[in-house]
Amino acid sequence: MSGAAGGPAGAAAERPLPAAGRKEDARFIRGRGRFLDDITLPGMLHGAILRSPLAHARIASVDTAAARAHPMVEAVITGDMLAERGLAWMPTLSADTQAVLATDKVRFQGQEVAFVVARDRYAARDALELISVEYEPLPPVTDARRALDPDAPVIRDDQPGRADNRVFDWSAGDLAATEAAFAAADVVVTQEMHYPRSHPAPLETCGAIADADPVTGRLTLWSTTQAPHAHRTLYAMITGLPEHKIRVISPDIGGGFGNKVPVYPGYLCAIAGSMLTRRPVKWTEDRSENLMSTTFARDYHMRGQIAADADGTILAVRASVLADHGAFNGAAQPSKYPAGFFHVLTGSYDLRAAYCQVTGVYTNKAPGGVAYSCSFRVTEAVYLIERLVDLLARELGADPAELRMRNLLRPEQFPYRSATGLRYDSGDYPRALRKAMQIAGYAELRAEQARRRERGELMGIGVSCFTEAVGAGPRKHMDILGLGIADGADLRVHPTGTATLSVSCQTQGQGHETTFAQIVAAELGLSPDDVDVVHGDTDRTPFGLGTYGSRSTAVSGAAAAVAARRVRERARLVAAAMLEVDPEDLEWADGAWRVRGDPEQARRIAEIAMAAHSGLELPDGVEGHLDASAVYDPPDLTFPFGAYICVTDVDPGTGEVRVRRFVAVDDCGVRINPAIVEGQIHRGLADGIGIALMQAIAFDADGNCLSGSFMDYLLPTSVECPSPELGMTVTPSPHHPLGAKGIGESATVGAPAAVVNSVMDALAPLGVRHADMPLTPAAVWRAIKGCPIRPGPIGG
Amino acid sequence: MQVPAYVDYERATSVEHALALLARYGPGARVLAGGHSLIPMMKLRLAQPETLIDINPLTELDYVRLDGGELRIGALTRHAGLLGSPLAGAAAPILHDAERVIADPVVRLWGTVGGSLCQADPSEDLSAAFAALKATMVIAGPGGERTVPARMFHTGPYETVVAPGELLTEIRVPVAPGGGSAYVKVGRRAGDWPVGAAGAAVRLDGNVITSAGIGLTAVGAEHFCAAEAEEALRGAPATEESFARAGRLAAEHCRPVTDQRGPADYKRHLAAELTVRALRRAADRARGPGRGA
Ligand SMILES: Cc1cc2nc3c(=O)[nH]c(=O)nc-3n(C[C@H](O)[C@H](O)[C@H](O)COP(=O)(O)OP(=O)(O)OC[C@H]3O[C@@H](n4cnc5c(N)ncnc54)[C@H](O)[C@@H]3O)c2cc1C
Repeated sequence: MSGAAGGPAGAAAERPLPAAGRKEDARFIRGRGRFLDDITLPGMLHGAILRSPLAHARIASVDTAAARAHPMVEAVITGDMLAERGLAWMPTLSADTQAVLATDKVRFQGQEVAFVVARDRYAARDALELISVEYEPLPPVTDARRALDPDAPVIRDDQPGRADNRVFDWSAGDLAATEAAFAAADVVVTQEMHYPRSHPAPLETCGAIADADPVTGRLTLWSTTQAPHAHRTLYAMITGLPEHKIRVISPDIGGGFGNKVPVYPGYLCAIAGSMLTRRPVKWTEDRSENLMSTTFARDYHMRGQIAADADGTILAVRASVLADHGAFNGAAQPSKYPAGFFHVLTGSYDLRAAYCQVTGVYTNKAPGGVAYSCSFRVTEAVYLIERLVDLLARELGADPAELRMRNLLRPEQFPYRSATGLRYDSGDYPRALRKAMQIAGYAELRAEQARRRERGELMGIGVSCFTEAVGAGPRKHMDILGLGIADGADLRVHPTGTATLSVSCQTQGQGHETTFAQIVAAELGLSPDDVDVVHGDTDRTPFGLGTYGSRSTAVSGAAAAVAARRVRERARLVAAAMLEVDPEDLEWADGAWRVRGDPEQARRIAEIAMAAHSGLELPDGVEGHLDASAVYDPPDLTFPFGAYICVTDVDPGTGEVRVRRFVAVDDCGVRINPAIVEGQIHRGLADGIGIALMQAIAFDADGNCLSGSFMDYLLPTSVECPSPELGMTVTPSPHHPLGAKGIGESATVGAPAAVVNSVMDALAPLGVRHADMPLTPAAVWRAIKGCPIRPGPIGG
Repeated sequence: MQVPAYVDYERATSVEHALALLARYGPGARVLAGGHSLIPMMKLRLAQPETLIDINPLTELDYVRLDGGELRIGALTRHAGLLGSPLAGAAAPILHDAERVIADPVVRLWGTVGGSLCQADPSEDLSAAFAALKATMVIAGPGGERTVPARMFHTGPYETVVAPGELLTEIRVPVAPGGGSAYVKVGRRAGDWPVGAAGAAVRLDGNVITSAGIGLTAVGAEHFCAAEAEEALRGAPATEESFARAGRLAAEHCRPVTDQRGPADYKRHLAAELTVRALRRAADRARGPGRGA
C-alpha cells in the first residue's frame, strides 16, 4: 500500500513532477554519481590516520622516524607538529574543544594520533605500522553512570581547573508545577530506560581532499559534509586562513543522517598535509574508522515518570537524564540547547506540567552526541513519553490506543504552547491515530491477539504517536557557534526562461534536486525539467547552515519559494510593461501573468525573462533581469507528527522478534514530492526497526569498541522490514510559505517506540514491563526470564 | 578504505599444481578459495600472507555427488551450489537448512564449503552441520591423501588439522535409509552469524533412535558436537522427553562466552532449545517417506 491510502494530497498536485522521475536518479542508477572517492587530482597524495588502540592513556612518546624513512612517504604529522601551528585542537559544534591529533593523552579507542601522507594509500597504510607510540594506560570511564563518581578519572584534564567529568546541566519546564501535579495524581508510573548509543553508519564513509594552492593562497576542500558553508567558516576560524580564500565543495554524498555534520580531525589532517607537502591530499576513512571514531547518536540514560488521574487523564511528565557525550562534546545542535529539543518530551499530549533535567558527562568513548536522524534529541524524548504512556496504560488496564486518543491534543488547541514552552504550529492528532487504527484494523488485531494468547502465542501490537520539532528557528534563538541557523537561496532566470536555483543546504540522497526544482517550477509556471538546482559548493551557493534536523524543505525550501515569489513579482512589472497595462491589473493564474478580465492577454515567465534582457524599456524596480535571492529565517519550528502501529510476533523459546506489519500515518504538512516523502518514511522505519531490534555501539570494560564493523553493528535488511503500510493526513504549517513541515526524521523518531511497545505488549502475559533496546533475541529472552540485560560495558 | 598489505599471487590450475605451489612458497603461502573470510582479514591486516595460491580454477573440486553410500562434496563447492543441489537436499536436508541461513546471497555465490571449514570460525554453521552428520574430511598433501573425521578436524578456534602445504579436497557424508536431519539457527538478523545454532541427524528404527548426531556452533561446544546428548539418545524413543533430556545435556556440556551477540546464559539456553527443535524436525523427517540422513 502507498500514500494513496491517505487523505487529500494537499498542494502536491499543483507541483508538476519532472518528466523522468527524480532528477538525480539517472546519474545514480547509471553509476555516474561523483562521490568524494571518485575524485582524483593531478599529483594527489594519500593520507592515513594512526589511531589509538587504547581508550585512555597518556602518550609518553611518538616515534615517526621509521615511517618518515619509508620511500613512498612524503610527510608524517603528529600532534606536537600541529601544536606548533596552534592546530592540535579544534572547536567542536558544541563549543567544546577536540584534539585533531592527540598530544597529551588519548581519550577513546580510535582517537587520531598521527597522520601519514604517502604517494599511494597502500604505502600510507603500511607506514602507520612503522610509527611507534609509547602509551601509559590510564583507567577508562566506560559507564556513564560512573562518570561522576568522586574517584572517577578526570578525562578532560586538558581543561584548566577541571576536577570532574561533567559537561553540562540543563533543565526545562516548571519544576514546582510538575511536582504539584505529581503530588495530586492518582497514579504515577516510573521507568528507567536506556536509549543505546547508535551510529548513523552512512554507506559512504567520511573523507576529504585538500588542495592548498601555495601560489594563490587558496584552499579548496572537497569533503563529505552536510554543511559546506558552516564548515568553511569553521576552517577559517581554526586555520586563520581568510574565508574568501577557502572553497568547500561537497560532491555527491552517500548518506549522512547527521554523521556528516561535524568537522572531523581527518579533514583538518588533509588540510595540514596539503599545506605541508604543497600537493593535494586525499583522506578517506574505512568502515571501522567511521563506526569507531565519528559522531554517534543517543546514549541517554533516562528516568521517566508520568502522572495521571485514575480515569486516565495524563497530568504531567518528568525525566532526569544522564547523557553520555564521549570524550569531547561534539554534539551538533543549537548552542542554547545542549540537550537539543529533548523538552518536546510532552509529546502529542495535553499535559498540565512537565520538567526535564539533563546532565551531560564525558566518557572514554568516541565523541559526538547528536546524529542519526534524531531531530536534535526528539527521538529520545518521543521514546520516553511513548514508553511511559504504554506503561501507564498497563497500570490502568486501559487500551494503549484509547488512552492515547483521550489525551491527544485536540485540533482546536493549535497553535499550542507546550508545558516546556514549545509552540506547536498545527495538527490534528486524533485524525492521524484514527487513520492508523483503521489501516491496521486495530480492533481485529486485538481480537486476533486474544485468540493467540489463549494458545500461548506471543503477539504484540505497539502504538506510538509522535510530535517532531524541525526547522531550527528563529535564528535569534538558534545558532551554532554564533552562526544563526538560517538558509539562503539564489534564483536566476535565464533569458530563454529556464532557471538555476542555488541553495545552501546539501543533499545526501534525499532528492533536493527534484524537490527544490518542483518548488520553483510551481511558483513560476515552469516545468521542473527547466529548473536545475546547484548545491554543495561555497563558491556557487549562498550562505546557509546546511542540511540536518529535517530542515532542508522547512528552511531552504521556504527560501526557494520566497526567492521565486520575488522573481514573480518582478516579472509582473515587466509583464505589465510588455502588455502596456498597470501591474495592478495583472493576476497570476495558470502559470502566467494575465490581464484581469481578459486572461488570454498573458505573459509566461519565459517570455517575460527574454523581455527583461531585451531592449524593452524596463519599468521602475527592474534593473535588467528577474533574478532574486532570499534568506529564510524561520519564524519558529514546524511540528510534523504521526501515528504508528507495529505488529510483532515473538518466539517465546528463543526471544526472536518478527515485525509482521508496520502501519505509518505521517503528517508533514504539504507534500511537495509524495514519492520522495514516502521514501524518507520507508528509510526511517527501517532505521527504527534497526535501532529497536539490533543496533548498538557497545564497549567492553576496557573501553574497546565492540561494534567496529557491519558484522557487529547490524543494519536491518528487507527480511526484517515488512513492506510498510503508509497513510497520510495533511495539516499545513501556518507559518511556512508552502505549508510544508519536513519529513526527514519523522519515522526514525516515531518508529523505535512503536516496535518496543509492540514487543512489550507481546510479552505482557509473561509479566514483562520493560526491556532496553536493542531487543535482540538474547535481550528478549532475558526479559522473559525476569533478568533484563542492563546497559553498560559487555563482558569483563 | 581498508587496504591489505603487499601480497604475491599465484593461480593454481590443478590439485597437484596447487600442492606444488604450496610447497614452493612454504608457510607464508595461503590458499585463496572464495576469499570471503580471507580477504576481509587481509584488509584488516589480521592476516598477512606473503603469497596467495588461488584455487578457484580447480573446478574439479566443485561437485556434489552420491558415491558408495556417501554424499561427496568437493571442497570448492560454493555455498549456493550446495544449496542448489537436490541431491544434497534429499540426502541431508540439514545442509539445505544451514545453507539457507548462512550469510547473504553475495557471500553464498562465491564462498566455498571448504573455505568455511578451513576458516574454522567458532561460529561456523557448516562445522556444526558436518559434525552432526559425522562426516569425513579428505585432505590432500605432498604425501598423498588422508581422511579425518569431522569431529577431529578442528583443533581450536581458527585452527584445523590441515597443515601448511595441504589442501582440503572433499567432505564425505554417510547416507543410509531411515535417517532425517535438520538445522536450526538464531541470529540477530538475516545473514548474521549465529548467536547459537544446532543441527541434528538421527536414524530411527520404528520410533527408536538407533543413532544420533548433534552439532552445535557458537556456544563453545567441544568439536562442534554434543557427545553426551548423542549417547543418551542412542536406543531411546524419539519423544519430546528424550529430546528435552538431550537438550539439557547439550547445554550442560558447552562453554559459551558472553559477547555482543548475547550473554553466556542465553547461549546455553539456546544450546538446549535449538537441540530440541533440531531433533524434533530431524525425527519428523526420518519418519517421513523416502528420506536420507
Ligand atoms: C557477510 C558475511 C556473513 C557471513 N555469515 C556467515 C554465517 O552466517 N554463517 C557461517 O557459517 N559463515 C558465515 N560467513 C562466512 C562464510 O561462510 C565464509 O566467509 C566463506 O564461505 C568462507 O569460504 P571462502 O571460500 O570464501 O574461504 P576463503 O576466505 O577463501 O578461505 C578461508 C580460509 O580457509 C583456507 N582455505 C580455503 N579453502 C581451503 C582448502 N580447500 N584447503 C585448505 N585451506 C583452505 C584459506 O586459506 C583461508 O585461511 C559469512 C561471511 C561473510 C563475509
